[in-house]
Amino acid sequence: MNRLVNMQDALSQATTLEEVQTFVQDLRAVYDLEHLVYHSVNSTGAQYAALTYDPGWVERYIEQDYARIDPVVQGCYRQFQPIDWKALDWSAKPSRAFLGEAGDAGLGNQGFSVPIRGPSGQFALVSVNQKCNDDSWSSFTSERVADLLLISHYLNEKALQIEGNPNRGPIRSLSPREKDTLTLLAAGSNRANIAETLKISESTLRVYIESARFKLGATNTTHAVAMALTHGLIVV
Amino acid sequence: MIRYVYADQLSVHPKLQASMLKDRALQFHKRLKWEVSVDANGFERDQYDSLNPLYVIWETPEGLHGGSMRFLPSTGATMVNDFFSHLTGKVIADQRVWETTRFCVSPSAQDGGRIAALLMLAGAQLGVGFGLSHAIGVFDARMIRIYRKLGWLPEVLGTDGHGREAISAGLWEFRPDLLSGLASKAGVSTDVSEHWFARAFGQDKVAFAA
Repeated sequence: MNRLVNMQDALSQATTLEEVQTFVQDLRAVYDLEHLVYHSVNSTGAQYAALTYDPGWVERYIEQDYARIDPVVQGCYRQFQPIDWKALDWSAKPSRAFLGEAGDAGLGNQGFSVPIRGPSGQFALVSVNQKCNDDSWSSFTSERVADLLLISHYLNEKALQIEGNPNRGPIRSLSPREKDTLTLLAAGSNRANIAETLKISESTLRVYIESARFKLGATNTTHAVAMALTHGLIVV
Repeated sequence: MIRYVYADQLSVHPKLQASMLKDRALQFHKRLKWEVSVDANGFERDQYDSLNPLYVIWETPEGLHGGSMRFLPSTGATMVNDFFSHLTGKVIADQRVWETTRFCVSPSAQDGGRIAALLMLAGAQLGVGFGLSHAIGVFDARMIRIYRKLGWLPEVLGTDGHGREAISAGLWEFRPDLLSGLASKAGVSTDVSEHWFARAFGQDKVAFAA
């Protein structure tokens, strides 16, 4: 579990999608899984994936547009609970043929997926895949479901942040003064004390707060502080 | 019995669906006088019903709505983020937190207290079963007595207004040890509760063999 915490730290530092790909590969190794996949489709239809599948299989999947018939995608798209692949409907003939092909491409017989609903219609899916029997898979997933939700959350937040989400918007960087102001607000200081600490007037302070709020797209000062904290722009 | 059913699966249960939406109109429009819209059929529906939410419904032996609540993941659009962020003070978007709304017991139910307990049990079963950390919801003062009686109080994030008029946003923590207490108050065993959950989400529907 400590290793997982360290890896989350590494992911939070990531600034490129390549680093997200590295994280996905490392995570696959930590859990000793056959495969791990993060796949996102945003509101404009743009897609992004970080995965450990064989490149040939990925190419084939895209070329055949298998997302149309893949029971994992089809079963998860409208819902949002984490799901074992065995609970999906594999009964249609194309689904069974698809399953056979996936097996030939090196996928294991067990799978578990976490659907993610993001802002403004974004949809993502984190899937883990393994070769093992039903009992060991069900004990793995029931022990690890909370971890998997957490990992899915971090992966999606990071991917949205890197790609620059159209709704939440790319977070614009704050000036040193804006950072100081939000940091002190987050620490619970009142405006008069902050102005004194920073040796500026309260009206100048108000300008910094307003510009930070505007850059973050926050609705009020509290919201701005919360956003700056969650995006790692300030540290308290 | 408890049914866990997504909106797009509800159309195969038209009686259940219609009675739920009518009961919601009675409770939220007529009784509580909330600003909700009721259509020509007498159905209370809002924009979140069109996001394919997951309903937890107590179905009576006659196949009608006895009580229900609605769940949506907090990472997508939620009422609390869209309308009540002044109560929470921040946007709550977390893969392990689902929003619960429209907690409703049928006004015609004889055993409303037990139905409330059944719904809370089913909600807890859902969270524990899926490894969620919390449910988030907005509630008014009259509900606090019910939560206390059931032994599952939310952590209050913020409150607006006073006395009977107060509304609050709160987080309910999902803990496995809650289930037996809620089950005994609902008058069912935890086995039954697990069975309802497994029937909706279990793996025994179609065999998956590579």
